[in-house]
Amino acid sequence: MSVSTAAPSPAAGLPLASRLAAFRTEGLPVFPILILVVLVFTAVFAEFIAPHNPEVGSLSQRFKPPAWVAGGSAEHWLGTDHIGRDVLSRLIFGTRVSMIVGFTAVIFAGVLGTALGILSGFFGGWVDQVIMRITDAWLALPALTFAIFLAAIVGPSEWNIVIILGAVYWTRYARVIRGEVLSLKERDFVRLAIVAGCSRWKIMRKHLLPNVLNSAIVLGTLMLGVVIVTEAALSFLGVGVPPPKPAWGLMLADGKKGLMAGYWWLTVFPGVCIVLMVLSANLLGDWLRVKLDPQLRQL
Amino acid sequence: MKRFVLRRLGYAALSLVLLSVTIFLFVRVTGDPTVLLVEPGASRADIDALRHDLGLDRSLLVQYGTFLKDIVRGDFGRSFYYRTPVLELYLSRLPNSLLLALAAMAFSLIIGIPSGILAAVRVNSWWDSGGKIFALLGLSMPSFWVGLLLILFFSVYLGWLPSSGSGTLWHVLMPAFALGWYFAAAHMRLTRSSMLEVLGSEYVKLARLKGLPEALVISKHAFKNALIPVMTLAGINLVLMVNVAIVVETVFAWPGIGRLIYEGISFRDFPVVQATVLMNGAMVIVVSLVVDILYAVVDPRIRYER
Repeated sequence: MSVSTAAPSPAAGLPLASRLAAFRTEGLPVFPILILVVLVFTAVFAEFIAPHNPEVGSLSQRFKPPAWVAGGSAEHWLGTDHIGRDVLSRLIFGTRVSMIVGFTAVIFAGVLGTALGILSGFFGGWVDQVIMRITDAWLALPALTFAIFLAAIVGPSEWNIVIILGAVYWTRYARVIRGEVLSLKERDFVRLAIVAGCSRWKIMRKHLLPNVLNSAIVLGTLMLGVVIVTEAALSFLGVGVPPPKPAWGLMLADGKKGLMAGYWWLTVFPGVCIVLMVLSANLLGDWLRVKLDPQLRQL
Repeated sequence: MKRFVLRRLGYAALSLVLLSVTIFLFVRVTGDPTVLLVEPGASRADIDALRHDLGLDRSLLVQYGTFLKDIVRGDFGRSFYYRTPVLELYLSRLPNSLLLALAAMAFSLIIGIPSGILAAVRVNSWWDSGGKIFALLGLSMPSFWVGLLLILFFSVYLGWLPSSGSGTLWHVLMPAFALGWYFAAAHMRLTRSSMLEVLGSEYVKLARLKGLPEALVISKHAFKNALIPVMTLAGINLVLMVNVAIVVETVFAWPGIGRLIYEGISFRDFPVVQATVLMNGAMVIVVSLVVDILYAVVDPRIRYER
């Protein structure tokens, strides 16, 4: 018996082209998209763009100011840090670290939270009770403190951070997705699929997942900013990305060493990078929210 | 109402259990806790003695029982670095944390509420757009970076404010601003949307129809009701501030709980880290419980939900 013909779900059947066509570009937020594209490009081609090795410096070149300030040189456009490493190169490679950590953590949290949300909403009953009680309990924990605690125990590493951030931030997905599934479950196409004898697995995968994907993407974009700030905070505290890897939060921590001496470039530039990235993610997320998912507008 | 309170108590208890189990398990699963709990530079015999003392050869369940029993008794162990009971240390830092949180809260409300009202009253105007930009920046600029910029400007260049430490009013200003910054944006957003909702309500329309001057409508009728959700959020945020302050306190060397956690991590002073995280988590859970129950007392609709 062919079940998918029996109950076509609204979003699943459409080919990608028509989905894209329906996705009007009016009011497209040019600024955040432009910045994100530039950042992704920087992250991918860091080796070719960066003028210097980000992890090696020369002590004779310590605390050089940016090129346009007296004492600076074109050799180091944005100056050098406390062990003579090129700030621009570290920022460029730092983009890669932030992108990798940010995206993988958001995806990890998204997959975990969406899966649990679908399971919880679809099965209901005690499955729902157990998953939602755990979600609520988890939501009650202070995220940053908890992340710092976990990071302090497992030790600093990029991948530990990804797992920790994913483990801390999956709850929002689970809550929202569960709510959506609850209302989807009452819709005709899902009821039909159940009546038609569709397996539970197939209903969840073919009928529910495609219809909650929009919300998951919106949430993911909005979470990206949160995750990147948290990663920067962890790195700043020394429990995030381990040195000498160039991460923006770590650069801010290093920059603090030259702060009182007035070496402003070590503090200003990494922060600007973080803000640009987070701001773009938030702007894009706000736009997507209005565009993809009117239900989420009040969030 | 009774059922609601009981259920809510149950959830809070569950959260507490989950918090303690996670902390308990993480310490034991990710490695040998004696390595974390023993002081740096301890001998082999010391480690073995400690392992026996901690009862790590017994089953996890028994261990968890002892762990809980110690917590209930208020015994969180002894700090390696300060050589005092952790609880004492925590309580000695708590006033500083609360002071900072209160100052940051005052700041965030002073900025957030008027700008939120202004944005709502002059909706879709220049003021509103300005407010939106402020809210976006507030949510996008990490508090510790704001703190570093403040130090750079007010301490290094202008030399007006002390860059670290505590003691005088001047010391509180910059950390409170850095910490309150994010929350000011959140409070502004909520004030705006809540004010807009109230301004669209029937009783505000009536007040306007009666011919009350607009200033009076806003200050007397709309403002008070719009403030309820903002105050609730502020209550929860106050506790969150104590938690989020870790990074800001580190930046300004502010001797609060956040700084204590940071020191605990840097000195590998594990009992301190474990206890402070546990206490902070418990504080958030208990306060959100109290807020929920108070809210249900005020607004009966909430009790009957779900």
